[in-house]
Amino acid sequence: MRQILQVFLFSLVLSVCQYTLAEDSSNKHEKEFDPLEMISHHISDSHDWHIISYTNKADEHVNISMPLPVILLHNGKLHFFMSSEFEHGNAIVQKGDAYFKLYHNKIYLTNANGDLEFDAENHPKNEHPFDLSITRNVGSMWLSVILILFLFISAAKKYKGEPQTPKGLQSIIEPLVLFVRDDIALSQIDKHKIDKFLPYLLTVFFFIWINNLIGLIPIFPGGSNLTGNISVTMLLALITLFITNVNGNKGYWKHIFWMPGIPVPIRAFLAIIEFIGIFTKPFALMIRLMANITAGHIIILSLFSLIFVLKSVVIAPVSILMGLMMFMLELLVAALQAYIFTLLSALFIGMAVQEDEH
Amino acid sequence: MESLSLTSIGLGLIIIGVGIGIGRTAGSAMEAMGRQPEISSKIQTAMIIAAALIEGVALFAIVVAMMKG
Repeated sequence: MRQILQVFLFSLVLSVCQYTLAEDSSNKHEKEFDPLEMISHHISDSHDWHIISYTNKADEHVNISMPLPVILLHNGKLHFFMSSEFEHGNAIVQKGDAYFKLYHNKIYLTNANGDLEFDAENHPKNEHPFDLSITRNVGSMWLSVILILFLFISAAKKYKGEPQTPKGLQSIIEPLVLFVRDDIALSQIDKHKIDKFLPYLLTVFFFIWINNLIGLIPIFPGGSNLTGNISVTMLLALITLFITNVNGNKGYWKHIFWMPGIPVPIRAFLAIIEFIGIFTKPFALMIRLMANITAGHIIILSLFSLIFVLKSVVIAPVSILMGLMMFMLELLVAALQAYIFTLLSALFIGMAVQEDEH
Repeated sequence: MESLSLTSIGLGLIIIGVGIGIGRTAGSAMEAMGRQPEISSKIQTAMIIAAALIEGVALFAIVVAMMKG
């Protein structure tokens, strides 16, 4: 049964790829290489999943990418089409009486000619439709969710029945789960309370770690900058904020608004600072993860851009060697940032649920 | 261009400060680990938390610099 399901899924993925691989070739040879554009393209979200682009023998620029579904909400109507209809921003898509145009990975409402109006800073002034598309980051997130579910459900199945020595996948997963429980949760949260928060901490640890690692894969299904996207990290930080404050006990709120044991004027002053502190802590979590992962991607891409900017073969070995070293460092950072996010979440939760000793 | 270079100088100053801060934290933590190897895991956790909080300052600076241009 399981094998049938696997074969079915695999063939589904293959057929989707075959039917939708959009080839787009244009005759724009000798285009100047722009590292800034390449890097910003790689670290930002996009409406199609870029696979490879090259210049063929006829000097045409071939760009192969997997189109993704675009879902737009405009004037109460839902429009659904594939992003290949945009032809990488060259075509205007008409749905009903609305015209949509893709410009720098954002969808704008235009007239029938696809004219965009620009303001003084060269940003289009046209309106956006409400964009609910399955973008590259969403696709990458779904991929990671499938991976996480597969890894953990298949490891969890082995715990049914008689206890036995861990083997296979289980012997990798078990120490990691125990690490999160003992070194992260138990060190910050009271022992009899961790059961309530451990599922969240484990989920956030493995979600961030696996997505960081997927982001480091340079070829097709990987490479999207998911944990370096501010909306993703903001949502994770908001969940931490929510859990911390919903579970905060009397002592936690007392320490924020009426700190015991200090003179009254300072108490009022501290209340303001502590109140702002509720929000700055998750804010720092959000920015830390986003900045670290995005910075890693930018550094690696800049090192490889050096070859094309300086147009020299001599620089290639140096650049590849340094790129390799950065990749090694990023492997460490991927785990470290997941650890820090989980540890600080556990710390904030632990402070909120801690019993008063004095 | 003027404001860009000023933000760059500001960022540089903040990074020097954060570098000194994290460097001192790590240095002291290692010294403490050398003195008391048996509690080194506790020291490491405390060090990482402190380093992460110091790093937060640098990240705020980066965000402000990005917003400025």
